[in-house]
Amino acid sequence: MEIKSIFITAIKALWVNKTRSVLTMLGVIIGVSSVVLLTSIGTGLQLYIEQQFADLGANTLFVVPGNPFGDGGGLGNHETAFIESAQGKIKRRYLDKILRDHRDIITDGAATGYSTGEVKYKNETKKITLLGVTANYETVNNTEAVKGKWFTKNDEERSKRVVMLGPKVAEELFGKIDPVNKQIKLEGQNYRVAGVLETKGGFGGPSFDNYIFLPLNTLFDDFNSELIDNFSFKIKDETLINEAKKRIENTLLGENLDKDEFSVFDQTQLLETISSILGILTTGLGAIAAISLVVGGIGIMNIMLVSVTERTREIGLRKALGATPDVILVQFLFEAALLSVAGGMTGVGIAYV
Amino acid sequence: MSLLKLKNVSKHYQIGDITIKALDDLSFEIKKGEFVAVMGQSGSGKSTFLQVASMLAEPSSGSIFLKGKNVTNFDEKNRAHLRNKEIGFVFQQFNLLAKTSALDNVALPLLYSGDCEALRIKKAKEMLDRVGLSDRTKNAPNQLSGGQQQRVAIARALVNNPSIIFADEPTGNLDSKSGAEIQKLFKKLHQEGKTIIMVTHEKYIAKMAKRLINLKDGKIVSDKKI
Repeated sequence: MEIKSIFITAIKALWVNKTRSVLTMLGVIIGVSSVVLLTSIGTGLQLYIEQQFADLGANTLFVVPGNPFGDGGGLGNHETAFIESAQGKIKRRYLDKILRDHRDIITDGAATGYSTGEVKYKNETKKITLLGVTANYETVNNTEAVKGKWFTKNDEERSKRVVMLGPKVAEELFGKIDPVNKQIKLEGQNYRVAGVLETKGGFGGPSFDNYIFLPLNTLFDDFNSELIDNFSFKIKDETLINEAKKRIENTLLGENLDKDEFSVFDQTQLLETISSILGILTTGLGAIAAISLVVGGIGIMNIMLVSVTERTREIGLRKALGATPDVILVQFLFEAALLSVAGGMTGVGIAYV
Repeated sequence: MSLLKLKNVSKHYQIGDITIKALDDLSFEIKKGEFVAVMGQSGSGKSTFLQVASMLAEPSSGSIFLKGKNVTNFDEKNRAHLRNKEIGFVFQQFNLLAKTSALDNVALPLLYSGDCEALRIKKAKEMLDRVGLSDRTKNAPNQLSGGQQQRVAIARALVNNPSIIFADEPTGNLDSKSGAEIQKLFKKLHQEGKTIIMVTHEKYIAKMAKRLINLKDGKIVSDKKI
């Protein structure tokens, strides 16, 4: 007897017992769709975050105080304490020095400092994070203005009271009104809104959309701060990243900074840390979903077992009429395989929808 | 020449310490075209006789010859082929595949002999026509009366043109009217030259056979022409 006719026999046997077949498949359908769904949620999250980082550009280097990556790669108490103690160690002038000394491979660099304060527009008040940035933050960190224009280098040098609003802040304070050139109050002082930034989102942490950006010097003057949160550098070419990293490190070490008081990293390093966390998350989700798949598989085994017991008469009859044991075995294997494949595909289909 | 020959065949079942001799050194021979009825009380070995003679079960000892060929030691695969080609079965319970059309039921043995689909359908239709069910080909067993179901089963037994037809109480599950129809069908088959071995426990049914065998304790106690 040909394989093809056994296959058709198997299909017919499944077809005449539609209810049983569908019930058997149900376990696999649910199992497969939950595995696909949960892992794709995890993977999707990972891709989304990687995309966010890619937006920053692969040729960007960051300098932060302390050593957030530590030996273990995570942010332990130990590392956090270091960051705090090292906070004041990075000075604005280092940025200019690095840019001056390594002009050949570093095309641009921006500095960021931060403070918090209360913002007020008419009757709306809001506690907010203020990011003091150099004017070239726009190009170095790929953050464009959707309304108005970024403040200029001139504004920054003269500590002008202008701000760029994160899109969420703009929405919360102004609603539908165009905020450009409106006056807002930060800690009682008047500031002019120069523009609104594009939506960036956050990676589960604080979102840049909730920040107000103002010139770094303005922040230093008005908020009595000297703290640099980070430098970001644009490197000429991706291949020069390691070279640039080394040079920046040397320059900072030359400024009497300790090895532990700052770190230079590129986004791949950051990405790896986050990816590994997300990888664990995805695996965890997958494992949970896999349990339902296993349950589904056991369901199929169970129903196959019951159906073999139930179908001993049919098997006996088929044997009496000339079916060899192989033929019967192959027929049942086909049935089980068909159920699994059909169930699996339906599961993927459902997950896809 | 004998068509089927059982020579000193025994079949023992071991249940715990007790050995049951379902067939005890039984010898039997049937010629082509014979119609044999096998009778006996329950436990006499009728069913075992049928199983062993029809290659469903292997004997514990003794030998079986079909068309002069020793088939005793055939393996499961060859026995299946043999049953498929040479033996037709009619059961008390009909044993049709549920939710499967009469046509597909009749064509089932042909599936295992490897005939192509067109040929299967053609042969199955001819057989259903022969048992008078040409207008019921599409019906599933639950849409047929008991008598009709048994006729489908007979068509299935005949479809591969076997040498011997084994019938195990073919009228046992039928009312007297349907039973009579089935009896008539067997008579007709016998007249057409088919070799039939029928197990029954009702005398009046056994009477339509030309030879009657009585079994007791796994032995043939009488074997006479009627």
